[in-house]
Amino acid sequence: MFTNAGTSSFTTFLSRVAPEMLPGRRPLPPGMAADLAPHATTIVAIAAADGVVMAGDRRATMGNLIAQRDIEKVHPADAYSLVGIAGTAGIGIELMRLFQVELEHYEKIEGAMLSLDGKANRLASMIRGNLGAAMQGLAVVPLFAGFDLAAADPARAGRIFSFDVTGGPYEETGYDAIGSGSLFAKSALKKRFRAGISVADATRLAVEALYDAADDDTATGGPDLTRRIYPVVMTATAEGTYRLTDAETATIAEGVVAGRMENPGG
Amino acid sequence: MAMQFYASPEQIMRDRSELARKGIARGRSAVVLSYSGGVLFVAENLSSALHKVSEIYDRIGFAAVGRYNEFENLRRAGVRMADLNGLSYDRRDVTGRALANAFAQTLGAIFTEQSKPFEVEICVAEVGATAADDELYRLTYDGSVNDEPGRMAMGGQAEAITGVLKSQHRPDMSLGEAVQVAVQALSSVGGEGGAARTIAANQLEVAVLDRQRVGRTFRRITGAALTALLDGKAAPPASDLPDTPSVPTGEAGKPTSSAGSADLEDRPGQADK
Repeated sequence: MFTNAGTSSFTTFLSRVAPEMLPGRRPLPPGMAADLAPHATTIVAIAAADGVVMAGDRRATMGNLIAQRDIEKVHPADAYSLVGIAGTAGIGIELMRLFQVELEHYEKIEGAMLSLDGKANRLASMIRGNLGAAMQGLAVVPLFAGFDLAAADPARAGRIFSFDVTGGPYEETGYDAIGSGSLFAKSALKKRFRAGISVADATRLAVEALYDAADDDTATGGPDLTRRIYPVVMTATAEGTYRLTDAETATIAEGVVAGRMENPGG
Repeated sequence: MAMQFYASPEQIMRDRSELARKGIARGRSAVVLSYSGGVLFVAENLSSALHKVSEIYDRIGFAAVGRYNEFENLRRAGVRMADLNGLSYDRRDVTGRALANAFAQTLGAIFTEQSKPFEVEICVAEVGATAADDELYRLTYDGSVNDEPGRMAMGGQAEAITGVLKSQHRPDMSLGEAVQVAVQALSSVGGEGGAARTIAANQLEVAVLDRQRVGRTFRRITGAALTALLDGKAAPPASDLPDTPSVPTGEAGKPTSSAGSADLEDRPGQADK
């Protein structure tokens, strides 16, 4: 089963040998299942001068309850790209792991990385595969961002792609947000984002936007100063992906909270 | 109707072995050895695109000699199996031993069932926390597996090459020393009148499994970095190793956050941002 000439795509391989491991290939009983499992909420991404920044809050909710306070929804997809997940948490995490393996698998089989657009298209087709479950309320919508190694203009190397439940991808200019608090996060970014912002400023801006989302959306968690739980902030630049350490995000989050003490509107 | 002549199973196996051995002996050789910083692969390869050495998983590498289409088929199978197991269980549950076993089953079945055996010899190497923990498995065309003691050579005149390796190799060598020993061993055969020859840098394929990295440890050494190592300048490339190796832990290899190259994620220079 492993030695057929076959394809460089891991999901295509799985669909042949272990289709039960693909989300979206499982028969679901009819009816809505939206309240069955925890939901992951807000993710923001900002294209900066020499890369891209992605940040996500730490809350997962189940109806009116907080299911988890410290869930991690932003992950590296490979050495130069990031993926954030909103929607049904369990399927989202499964899809993200599968996407990570998909990119690594292609790289190992072919000896070269997929282009950034190729990665986005791959993710879109994986989301499309989950459409049946999405229509029953188990939707997953990712946000994908990465550093495009083939970009002619280095200032445009940081790129962001969004998706809907039927796939996509849609390339976004400047910034984007997904999840329940995305309306508020995007409104905040609309007023504060400037093209050509530095990566360091963009990390602060991302945390500010998440604060605004948490301010108005109960499903989004703000910086938790008592438990020292702060948003996950990652960057992708020419040097690769980097996750800001807890100390670094703590400094940014404390700065944001201190600012809001004086002016709650930011 | 043509009469089917009787051939004893012994004779058939002997013929197949001979075919495979001849095919392998025609090709250029490869050596694998462990050194202080990891596991080193050096293969003589005229092509820079068709690899004899490649990555299978986080801490597992693959080297092969013989027919390209046959070992490439095995390599792809290995990557598929490793990725499937790593996804269904955990990244730490993918081991070199399991892969070596799977390759042995495949090669053994092909040797007995198909009319032509695979003309390949392969090495599955897994880098451990110390040089003593490194695992090197040699798999031959008939599916036999051998656990090699920290060094091995495959391909044409492998025995002569192994002889040189055996006398020169120590597990505590630096990367520079290890590359030089490997190249010296490879070039000890094939010269005119049994003399040593020189192999140019562009005819070598060099890669390591880097003991200090977390996540994916495989990296190729090419271009200026390789030339520097061959010239014995002992100036390891910038991405190379601190002197005191840190022992990788299971915790550090946690799956979802180490999908990228982990040394890119832990850059100290970023801390001041």
